[in-house]
Amino acid sequence: MIKQDISKYKHIWVFIEYEGDEVARVSFELLSKARELAKDLGCEVHAFTVGEKVSQFADQVFKYGAKKFYIIEDPILKDYITEPYRDAITYLIDKYKPEIVLIGATTLGRDLAGTIATTLKTGLTADTTGLDIDPKTKNLLMTRPTFGGNLMATIFCPDNRPQMSTSRPGVYKAVEAPVKGEIIREKYAFDKSKYTKRIIEKIIEEGEKVNLGFYDIIVSGGFGMGSKENFKLVQELAEVLGGTWAASRKAVQAGWAPQTRQVGQTGQTVHPKIYIACGISGAIQHQAGMKSSEIIIAINKDPDAPIFEIATYGIVGDVLEVLPKMIELFKKKLGKA
Amino acid sequence: MHFLVFIKQVPDAAQVRVDYETGTLIREGVPAIINPYDKHAIEAAVRLKKEFGGKVSVICMGPPMAEEALKEAMSMGADNAYLLSDRVFAGSDTLATSYALWAGAKKIIQEQGPVDIFFAGKQAIDGDTAQTGPGIATRFDVPLITYVVEIKKVDPEARKIQVVRLIESGQETVEAPLPCFLTVEEELNTLSYAPLPYLIRAARTPVILLNSKNTEIDVSQCGLKNSPTKVKKAFTPPKRERGEMLEGDSIDAILNTLYEKIEPVLKEMGKVQ
Repeated sequence: MIKQDISKYKHIWVFIEYEGDEVARVSFELLSKARELAKDLGCEVHAFTVGEKVSQFADQVFKYGAKKFYIIEDPILKDYITEPYRDAITYLIDKYKPEIVLIGATTLGRDLAGTIATTLKTGLTADTTGLDIDPKTKNLLMTRPTFGGNLMATIFCPDNRPQMSTSRPGVYKAVEAPVKGEIIREKYAFDKSKYTKRIIEKIIEEGEKVNLGFYDIIVSGGFGMGSKENFKLVQELAEVLGGTWAASRKAVQAGWAPQTRQVGQTGQTVHPKIYIACGISGAIQHQAGMKSSEIIIAINKDPDAPIFEIATYGIVGDVLEVLPKMIELFKKKLGKA
Repeated sequence: MHFLVFIKQVPDAAQVRVDYETGTLIREGVPAIINPYDKHAIEAAVRLKKEFGGKVSVICMGPPMAEEALKEAMSMGADNAYLLSDRVFAGSDTLATSYALWAGAKKIIQEQGPVDIFFAGKQAIDGDTAQTGPGIATRFDVPLITYVVEIKKVDPEARKIQVVRLIESGQETVEAPLPCFLTVEEELNTLSYAPLPYLIRAARTPVILLNSKNTEIDVSQCGLKNSPTKVKKAFTPPKRERGEMLEGDSIDAILNTLYEKIEPVLKEMGKVQ
């Protein structure tokens, strides 16, 4: 392992992920979390991204407290392709030497982070759900679930910089803290002959993109719902409660709900005030995405379903009988009848 | 064509339970399996071999018992199996692991010839990092395509491949030159049953052992000591207390009880007056 002079590295960098004109919410969540860490370190929070046109995101990243926004704009970066993105970003990191680099643990973020860390020969901790600064050493402490959420591990990277982490969306709250920031434009001399991979077609899945982390009430349906048709009950209850609806992996695999609404280890992590699990058995992988909800209400036919182990309130019964009555009750109580 | 598949032997995470008394994982009696995603990578490679000819090599880094996983890979149709096993690898993080596997793969290339397509599962179910595959691809400097759900076209003449991969908002079709590195999802294929000739060959073909002595490997990049990331502590997540099962004479009665319990929270949220 190559020992580095780590004293040259300063400030926290947050990768700004976007799709089209829209910045991914996880980027704002990470900017907000990075401000807390920066306080402990006595440093600044900076944002960075690359693409064909990315300077229009500047106002948004400054609104979330980034003092600088490092960008590389080039037509070759129009679509996300691993290799040119990696080369442009490692160039920025090499030049400006941030102490910490945070990237959202999305499909794009996880694709990108591994190749950047390998190129930089530094440590990377994947899919973290907790970030803290060690008060003594000032190292970043990165906590992540392993073994399907059965075990938590706190990882640190003492001798290499930057300390890199991909962080799960929905873990931190996005809180605005506007500052007057500065855009720093860089150029990278791409060797175009090197990039031989290309995107032929992109299919954006039906249905809007949903950020489940945004809602304080989530009604979630599982395989016990029985059909896509029955999922309307889940949707209706969510609407009555002024929340949103979600699904377990099994229900998504059955085609009853889009992947964009999946909660769990391979879906989104949520922690609403109220989570209503309808016909969800509650496998450990599902629990990994929702067990930090404040109140969990579980409805399931099987009294031995694991979901009851973590439910605040459990109801043993057929969801198809319970849900219509529940919708009726809340309509009445919430004055929506 | 030559296909090289990176596999890992893992404890079946679905069967691992937590001992809350001691705060440790209960691993006794938990079977060691081929990482489920890796099995689909083997299957994909074997199918391509059937279509285009060639051979499938498999490599696994791990303790001697991982030989079992490699035997299983051969019973699925792999032709050569390599076990990369050495004490110097113990405690490697993802950067050190991708280094060791890269070195091992270079040895396989010396023995079996250049690789056209590298395969790995999208992630392992024990660590869930999804970093080792991308790390190896980066070290070989070949195009990386993660989260592959379909192999649309392989053109050995033009040396090109077309695959479909998952992205956050849907899917995309990507074309890449060979050689390239694919990490795959379970949706890529359905596993076939091992036919008898494969089983016989698996039983007869020895697993080839690679270690720091017979492979060109810089041990100063291996193992716990040379891994940039270290584990500070491991702990079991706080157990959520089992709550209350609501009972009553009718569903209506149960729901009324539920409503009374959560009314204060709904008020606090401004949902009810």
